[in-house]
Amino acid sequence: MAAPLISVRDLVKDYVMGGEPVHALRGVSADIAEGEFLAVMGPSGSGKSTFMNLIGCLDRPTAGAYRLAGEDVAALDGDRLAGLRNRRIGFVFQSFHLLPRATALANVELPMIYGGLSRGRRRERAMKALARVGLADRHHHRPNQLSGGQQQRVAIARALVNDPSLILADEPTGALDSRTSLEIMTLFQELNRAGMTVVMVTHEPDVARFAKRVLRFRDGRLTDDRAQVPADAAALLKELPQEREAA
Amino acid sequence: MNYLEAIRSALDALRANLMRSILTMLGIIIGVASVVAMVAVGTGARERVMEQIRSLGSNLIVIISGSVTAGGVRMGSGSRLTLSEDDAIALEREIAAVQLAIPQQRGTAQVVAGGLNWSTLVLGVTPGFLEAREWGISSGRNFLPEEATGAGKVALLGETVVTNLFPEGGALGSEIRVRNVPLTVIGVLERKGQSMNGQDQDDMVIIPLTTSKRRVLGTSQANARAVGSILVKIREGEDMDLAQAQIKDLLRQRHRLQANQDDDFWMRNLSEIAATRDASSRTLAFLLAAVATVSLLVGGIGIMNIMLVSVTERTREIGLRLAVGARPRDIRAQFLIEATTLATIGGAVGVVIGAVGAHVAASLAGWPTLIRPEAVVLAVGFSCAVGVFFGFYPAQRAARLDPIEALRTE
Repeated sequence: MAAPLISVRDLVKDYVMGGEPVHALRGVSADIAEGEFLAVMGPSGSGKSTFMNLIGCLDRPTAGAYRLAGEDVAALDGDRLAGLRNRRIGFVFQSFHLLPRATALANVELPMIYGGLSRGRRRERAMKALARVGLADRHHHRPNQLSGGQQQRVAIARALVNDPSLILADEPTGALDSRTSLEIMTLFQELNRAGMTVVMVTHEPDVARFAKRVLRFRDGRLTDDRAQVPADAAALLKELPQEREAA
Repeated sequence: MNYLEAIRSALDALRANLMRSILTMLGIIIGVASVVAMVAVGTGARERVMEQIRSLGSNLIVIISGSVTAGGVRMGSGSRLTLSEDDAIALEREIAAVQLAIPQQRGTAQVVAGGLNWSTLVLGVTPGFLEAREWGISSGRNFLPEEATGAGKVALLGETVVTNLFPEGGALGSEIRVRNVPLTVIGVLERKGQSMNGQDQDDMVIIPLTTSKRRVLGTSQANARAVGSILVKIREGEDMDLAQAQIKDLLRQRHRLQANQDDDFWMRNLSEIAATRDASSRTLAFLLAAVATVSLLVGGIGIMNIMLVSVTERTREIGLRLAVGARPRDIRAQFLIEATTLATIGGAVGVVIGAVGAHVAASLAGWPTLIRPEAVVLAVGFSCAVGVFFGFYPAQRAARLDPIEALRTE
């Protein structure tokens, strides 16, 4: 078996909040292989967000080792971390985090601007990414002209556009209704089937059931790690009554 | 992220809050506009002074026959002709710093040519006068030595006299009558324009001193050698004050004045008067620079304020940009470029408004204005620098944001 995409060993993260020391992670070890679809669960304060920030190279651990695609992340400086985020990781957030004044296309182009791609290449790849999430015809729309589900699709296109090693989704359906949530999960499952590694933080079991593997956190420790047979979001979507207008 | 794109995205960001951006620029606009307008007026005024200095001729001192004290009553300057041609000769001969000393006799006379007549200043001088005043002849020639010494019936005319007496041209070689004395016009002088006190320097007829004394203006009974004034040109590079002191000593000695007696002549350093004006306009320029600095400072603080607000408002955007791979220095560059764009546009608009304002002031008040390209470059460059300076702190703050915190901000 090849080396895992993500490998963390005894990951510890402490920080000080309001003068009080907080032990967010108290030694977490896990491996995530390429092509996995992983749900990270746990109540708030369990350390799952901290885990996600560390995996996403947004933060550095207090102690422990983290290797992303064989690279020792803990040793990297801020600029290299930024480069890593740019090339290796695609973020999807609960509140989409689109630039409100930019078109869908411009939003998707954003990571490539920092990747130093030419205008023409950026446009081409952004259009391709938008097509992949089914929004090619909306490329000139601004976020406020799009529905919540469409906005999240634009965000996913943005996450995909640099062809990252993994997609990190933080409560991706937290701001969406159940049908739209299903649509987004269908999209994630499609991407995963095509080979994309997806790590998703959620506190909803309803959402976690679409993952192939679930990690559970409590009090800064990994308490449960089990594989499961994922539910099929596309099939569930078909069963829903067709009451809504097209997304 | 290349600069062109950075500027484009900065413009987008500024357009997003158009009203706010304009109001922020206003400080810089007003500062730069007022500076450009006032510098234009100031430079124009200075240019005029410099022109006057040039038209005067440099390093000139004029000595005027002065007040004599007669029985305790001090008469006004020129009340008696205390200077003489011999004084002029002595000055030239005995003081090394003196290049030329030109005795002058002046008077007003009606000048007639053909059917036209004109009242003008008649100046009797020695031939060195034109050299002293650095005054060229546009057509014709200066007095010949024999004309100068032998009371030749010749005259040089100023441009104004020519236009009044010879509207159809043909002044050169024509005959004019000054106080009924027929004189031949041997030369026309180049245009000099107004003097500092607003006199038309071209309204003048210049004749040899001997002609003036013997034929036109006449002499006093007491002293045929007496003259009203002497124009002295000091050699280039000589100390004017020292020369002035030497002249004073020599004249006092020649006039046999006792130590307790007042001078019987007046001396005026003409270049000095012009230089004083120049200095005062320079003071004005300093004042303007001070005002400019203050207004640009205020404008800059305004930019800093708005940029800080902008950083706070766009914390989420900064967080996102960091998450998708922006390095802190990319974020810093973005906000720095935004602040600089704001300031530079303000500066450019200010230059335009200032130039228009100066132009309007020039046409309304009749002030000469001059906008130098380097002043424009300086104004825009300085506002650009203000943008960088005052944009740095907000940009640095944006760059130091923690991506996790920034993403979490509402």
